Amino acid sequence: MELYARGRHLLRDQPGLVVVAVATLLLVGDLLGKLLGDGLTAARFGGFVWDGLVIGLLIGLAGIGLSLTYSILGFANFAHGDYISWGAFSGWAVAYLLAGIDRYAAGGLLLIGAGDGPAPGDVGVSITNTPLSIVAGLVVAVGFTVGISLLIDRAVYRPIRDADGITLLIASIGVAFALRYLIVFFFYSGRQGVTDISRVPSYDIGGVVINAHELTIVVIALVLMVGVHLLLQRSKLGKAMRAMADNRDLAQVTGIPVEGVIRTTWILGGGLAGAAGYLVVLTQGTIAYDLGWLLLLLIFAAVIMGGIGSVYGAIVGGLVIGLASRLSLIWLTGDLSSFAEPVAFGLMIFVLLFRPEGIFGGVSTA
Amino acid sequence: MSSDQFQTGRLTQFRELLERSDAALVLTAMAAFYLLFLGIGAILNYDVAGLISILGQVTFFTAVYALIVLALNLHWGYAGLFNIGIAGFMAVGVYTMAMLTAPPTGSPPGLGLPVAVGIVGGMLAAALVGLVTALPALRLRADYLAIVTVAISEIIRLTYNSPAFSTFTLPGGIALGTGGASGIGTVPSNPVQAIYYVDPSSAASGTTPIGAAIFGFFEAVFGVVRSAVIVDLTYGLVLAVVVFLVYTLLARVGNSPFGRVLKAIREDEVVAKSLGKDTNRFKIKTFMLGCALMGLAGVLWQGFGTGAVYPQAFRPELTFYIFIAVIIGGAGSNTGSVLGGAVFANLLFLLPQYLPNIIEQTFSIQADPNNFIAAVGPIAAGEIAPLLGYILNQRLPALRFVFVGVLLVYLMQNRPEGLLGHRTETAAAVNLSEGHTAAEQTGSDLTAPEGGVDDE
Amino acid sequence: MSSESAVDGVGEDSAAINAAGDSGEEPPLRVENLRKEFGGITAVDGASFEVADGSLTGLIGPNGAGKSTTFNCITGVQEPTGGAVYFNGSDIAGRAPNAIVNRGLVRTFQIARELAEMTVLENLMLAPQRQQGEALYRSVLPPFRDGVIEEETELREAVWESLEFFEIDHLAEEQAGNLSGGQRKLLELARALMTDPDMLLLDEPFAGVNPTLEAKLLDRINQLRAEEGLTFLLVEHDMDIIMEHCDPVIVMHQGHVLAEGRPGEIRNNERVVDAYFGEQR
Ligand SMILES: Nc1ncnc2c1ncn2[C@@H]1O[C@H](COP(=O)(O)OP(=O)(O)OP(=O)(O)O)[C@@H](O)[C@H]1O
Ligand SMILES: [Mg+2]
Repeated sequence: MELYARGRHLLRDQPGLVVVAVATLLLVGDLLGKLLGDGLTAARFGGFVWDGLVIGLLIGLAGIGLSLTYSILGFANFAHGDYISWGAFSGWAVAYLLAGIDRYAAGGLLLIGAGDGPAPGDVGVSITNTPLSIVAGLVVAVGFTVGISLLIDRAVYRPIRDADGITLLIASIGVAFALRYLIVFFFYSGRQGVTDISRVPSYDIGGVVINAHELTIVVIALVLMVGVHLLLQRSKLGKAMRAMADNRDLAQVTGIPVEGVIRTTWILGGGLAGAAGYLVVLTQGTIAYDLGWLLLLLIFAAVIMGGIGSVYGAIVGGLVIGLASRLSLIWLTGDLSSFAEPVAFGLMIFVLLFRPEGIFGGVSTA
Repeated sequence: MSSDQFQTGRLTQFRELLERSDAALVLTAMAAFYLLFLGIGAILNYDVAGLISILGQVTFFTAVYALIVLALNLHWGYAGLFNIGIAGFMAVGVYTMAMLTAPPTGSPPGLGLPVAVGIVGGMLAAALVGLVTALPALRLRADYLAIVTVAISEIIRLTYNSPAFSTFTLPGGIALGTGGASGIGTVPSNPVQAIYYVDPSSAASGTTPIGAAIFGFFEAVFGVVRSAVIVDLTYGLVLAVVVFLVYTLLARVGNSPFGRVLKAIREDEVVAKSLGKDTNRFKIKTFMLGCALMGLAGVLWQGFGTGAVYPQAFRPELTFYIFIAVIIGGAGSNTGSVLGGAVFANLLFLLPQYLPNIIEQTFSIQADPNNFIAAVGPIAAGEIAPLLGYILNQRLPALRFVFVGVLLVYLMQNRPEGLLGHRTETAAAVNLSEGHTAAEQTGSDLTAPEGGVDDE
Repeated sequence: MSSESAVDGVGEDSAAINAAGDSGEEPPLRVENLRKEFGGITAVDGASFEVADGSLTGLIGPNGAGKSTTFNCITGVQEPTGGAVYFNGSDIAGRAPNAIVNRGLVRTFQIARELAEMTVLENLMLAPQRQQGEALYRSVLPPFRDGVIEEETELREAVWESLEFFEIDHLAEEQAGNLSGGQRKLLELARALMTDPDMLLLDEPFAGVNPTLEAKLLDRINQLRAEEGLTFLLVEHDMDIIMEHCDPVIVMHQGHVLAEGRPGEIRNNERVVDAYFGEQR
């Protein structure tokens, strides 16, 4: 009786949660059936999980910045995806340059093969072949994106700092399109190969094939995340940021250096976005002017799921979204595989409708 | 001296006319745009048929932009609903129309229904998708609504893009399809063709009596033998009539108790509720009506206007263009929406397409480098032509996006109310002061109305 | 409905009372054990009271006593944490504000919430309930639009009458945001009355209103009670008004009802005097 009453309450108060729980149970059951039967081999399953983790970590990495700016500056930054794209293009321009400068003209390399520049197979960038150029590219990607973020904040957002969230959001859409098509102006509008996949070693771990680039991504992403954790927990500025993410107005009256915190937020968020964009190209092997935009909705999904303002939430949300989008491929086979992305978007809409404070329930952990 | 004064007097009179009469404002703007593009045609040495064609284009793009901006203004300007999934709702409208009307023998096959059924079906489908979106999403904060609508628009586009529904069979064995990434090429022809051709889908089928008369007139008077430009111009004019009808419809919505509630919701939803208004119902109805109009705009623009329906036409860039147009005009004003649509369509969309030809013709630029470095390299040697060639021939569409993005930022910083958004139109079906005199009452402790307005 | 509140553990015996039929007549408004918490703060802490039909009941209490929050919970602007609110016998706690207004219970806000970018006329035209033109198709389609126009014309006359009574007719075409503080309170009251309510909750309606007009408004309130049987619940800090016009008077303190009675009794109640004037002494 007691149980029944509780169940009825849950159904009334949290209908979304109940639906999700039931659906998850059904899917897990079906998954077990598939694994035990011969619908799905363990290796294939492992492959999906690994892919999901890799993309999930990148989404989480990029999501940290979006989450922080959302809560500290009070608007959804639709240009965040294009910061990611610029991170990718700036970083890979330099990685290309360093990897091929001994054989090719600087111009074609800097434009990552635009026009009649050298082909990726000829330049041969990969973590094993040209590790230094890859690292240098990462550093530039971070630095360049930080620069862009600060510059845009100064020129665009600071003059309208006190405007409402929608005004800022619309301005950010303007920034997004300007940034995105500046890439097209300098580089190109198609999708182009970048890394030399043929020379990337891969390892077979119990049937799951993992390549060196994916390993690199996981290592770098984890290092960056730990770094952010330490920064937020240990440093004074980090504490101020957490305070502001928690309650902006309160933080303001308690004498926190608001502009300083905002600057740090952009540095952190922009830098991580740049790194994420650079690393996305490392796993995909190709680069395109709209790669950040294509990721942005997934990142929004992660951030909203994790609770806006929460750094750890963004990371967990990223992993959930990454895994969901890859694991959905277990069911979405053949022509339906094109629905992996819509599934992730759908998941986000669901969270927004039924748990707008995030799946961890509004507890800000920063 | 005195003639100068006379002229300024005329000018002020004209400005007052523009401020008083919306029709005069819109007509003046359109006259200016027509003149501008006729001038461009003249510079480019177009013949009469070419000039008619350019006028047809101006009319078409002005009308379709005005139409879609009016629909968005209903959402955002009237009800404060921040919908950035416009492209998706347009796609639903035009895809539904195309799937209902495409011939069953086509590839992908359609249902072969009459065009009118297709148009109504497209609007209904868009309204239904709007309802499905609105029912849950209207409870959300404005920024969440934005994220949800843009996600839905992408889901719609990816669904149409997916090979999964490229062709499928309905229960009952009727085949149907979206055509996947390549879309639907067999869209029914523009209904205006029926006026001119015996078989509306083919210009070769022979002309109707009306067609023969009009084509004959143009041939005799202007020497125009390309009948297609006349058909296009006619379609543009039909669209202008549609815009007028939609404008009237929305003006009625605004000037009514319904519109009054929307205005109240936009300002303070709690107050609207505390005066007994079921605000959700108002918002859902408004959202659905707006979506239906977006579906209609999709049908008239990408359906009959472009003649081919494919998923890439409904990327978020389209939504972005429409948003810029509504912000230029000023959210909240229908006349502003038409003006914003006209300004965007002509100055930001069409003009850049003619600009390269004009510049190249005037400065005779031949260079056409295919990458940025090759374009800027020669500057060291004092040659600027390669850079211009690169910009004009290779990257003008990209630069247009950059420019429009910067413009949007500028507007948000300096003129978020747009051209006419500051205007206030009273939301009532009758003149509320008729028979009463508010201003003449003495004892007013407020500043005289004139002083108050001029200050701002 | 009643079983649900029993599950929540509040208003335990309300169902029983309803079923058994109260000895007297059901009062228009009955609040039972109302609670409202904001995070850690308990703004309303188990308040219970009744408002009798046709009365002008006063609700007083020091700043922060929870009066406005009680109004918000009764009118659905905020969802109560617990408790029940009965209006004409049915539980309205947690219902949408518009549903409550539709039943005839209307309120004004302490800080006037005029629709600033609408004219004074538009503000008032908004208020009448069940307007034909609120249906989209009637506002738009030609055969129905004539009826809408006719109704608008009638409403216009009623609105002007109200404006003249409240002495703000000279501001009719002004944007409501341009009004002075006192004028806004008048607009708010006029707007609430335009909804044609059965009962009005007024949150400090006379703040900033000049004394002559204040007297006129009180006369009007009494006239509406006498002629149309309206019921009023009035939050007011001006003790002269309370003592002269309100009967009974309810005193709130720290979220619950401290005392209730005739003005004379309240004035001489030790606890009320302590609570009310404690901090001033
Ligand atoms: N939205 C809110 N969030 C947090 N606390 C609130 C909120 N609204 C009211 N409170 C608190 O609840 C308490 C009661 O407030 P309320 O406005 O109901 O008092 P009141 O009796 O109307 O006072 P006054 O006479 O000053 O108008 C106060 O302590 C106030 O700070
Ligand atoms: Mg109060």
